[in-house]
Amino acid sequence: MSLKIFKINEALKEFVPSEIVDLEEKATWGNPKRGIWDLPYAKELVEEHSLCAGCPESLAFRYILASLPNPEDTIIINSTGCTSLVFPHIALHTVHSLFGNQNAIASGIKRTLEWRFPDKVKDVVVLAGDGATVDIGLECTLHSFFRQERITTICFDNEVYANTGGQESGLTVKGQIFKMAPKGKQWDKVPMWQLAIDSGCHYVARLTVSSPKRVEKVIKQAIYVAREVGPTYVHLYTPCILEIGLNSDDALEEMRGRDKERFKFFEYISEKAKEVIERKKQEGLI
Amino acid sequence: MAKLGPAGYSPYPVALYEGILTPPPGKALLFTELVDEEIAMREAAKAMFTRENPTVFPGPQVLYAWNEEAKKKAQLVRKMAEVFGARIIPMYDYRPKYPKIDPQKEINPNHPNLTIWHNNIKVCIFIGVHCHYANVALKIIRAETDCYTIALCGNAGHEDATVTLRDQHSEELEKFIRIAEEVKRELKK
Repeated sequence: MSLKIFKINEALKEFVPSEIVDLEEKATWGNPKRGIWDLPYAKELVEEHSLCAGCPESLAFRYILASLPNPEDTIIINSTGCTSLVFPHIALHTVHSLFGNQNAIASGIKRTLEWRFPDKVKDVVVLAGDGATVDIGLECTLHSFFRQERITTICFDNEVYANTGGQESGLTVKGQIFKMAPKGKQWDKVPMWQLAIDSGCHYVARLTVSSPKRVEKVIKQAIYVAREVGPTYVHLYTPCILEIGLNSDDALEEMRGRDKERFKFFEYISEKAKEVIERKKQEGLI
Repeated sequence: MAKLGPAGYSPYPVALYEGILTPPPGKALLFTELVDEEIAMREAAKAMFTRENPTVFPGPQVLYAWNEEAKKKAQLVRKMAEVFGARIIPMYDYRPKYPKIDPQKEINPNHPNLTIWHNNIKVCIFIGVHCHYANVALKIIRAETDCYTIALCGNAGHEDATVTLRDQHSEELEKFIRIAEEVKRELKK
């Protein structure tokens, strides 16, 4: 992919809507130091999203897209779920996989890109919900870690199958009652971040999206490590405010509350990953 | 409201279902007949001059300056629209737009009929739209509108367009513009 594809031909520019012209003129392409501080000034890579009002996933999307160090050469693989409502509206290459096989697709794309463009850096990022990552796609997710695929996997954990009416998922906490889980969940939440460490991920982080700066740092670290070392995993708490009975403006408080307990910030960095992160910090990229 | 097209709401790839195929190299498709390229260009130009609200829909391959050919084509598209006195409405990408498109300013391949209906477009040219999305859009337009569609395709053409010209690059576009100017003089437009 080339930055030229965002350059509109002068002869036809006056006919193109302003939001597309803004993508060329005001978005932060070709600048690895881009980040969440650009949000008030630069054109975002997501147009109006179609998630529920106040959904933390929309916050997560905005922070992640603002933090990608190399958006013009980033391919996002997504899967079925609430998140898949947003992908059509982002200005990056995305591939919608079958439900659960997103990490297998990402592995293939990453390997092909490395072969096809050996001299270019191409980041492959998986963005999927808890159902796709941990339930239906657990096998594909873990095997991509075992194979040491150089991809970043980001799980949007809303702890429920939200857009199908509220069924419990593997990441639902024990005892949680939903509309389609009236007796409450009988088993513990799957400790996916721990599984990721045990399966060979070199960088693992667990956090909520209550702090944009922290999300930016984590995403950049995960992508730089995946680029040079091996698989990385980011577990983000993005609660479904509707399914847990909160109002649109309650999401931030909910996440701040969980920051102090089961989503307390946790980070694992392997020795190889530490070297990369230190180097990138010295280069001023993190 | 425009009339419903001949294929109704058929879920099939409509033209193919009726036995219509893309033209072989050097030929063009005019309705259901294979004709010489020049004849098809002349008929397409006549339609652009005589039907209501002629419009050019440039796609990403000519809207963006991704190579020298694209830059040249964009200038030719602009010139072509000026010769026909046609509007230009871009199909700048293929993302479904949320919450809705503005049919006066854009056309989306997932529901191109909205732009055709809203502007009462009776003849249009598709150029620079990637083939798979041109196929989708042309099928919907064929099924749901009475718009006369002209596909200027860089590859093998589109059987769902009313007129299909294949292998259309800068040279062929220049030829089309020359023919359009001739037709314009003939029609005293």
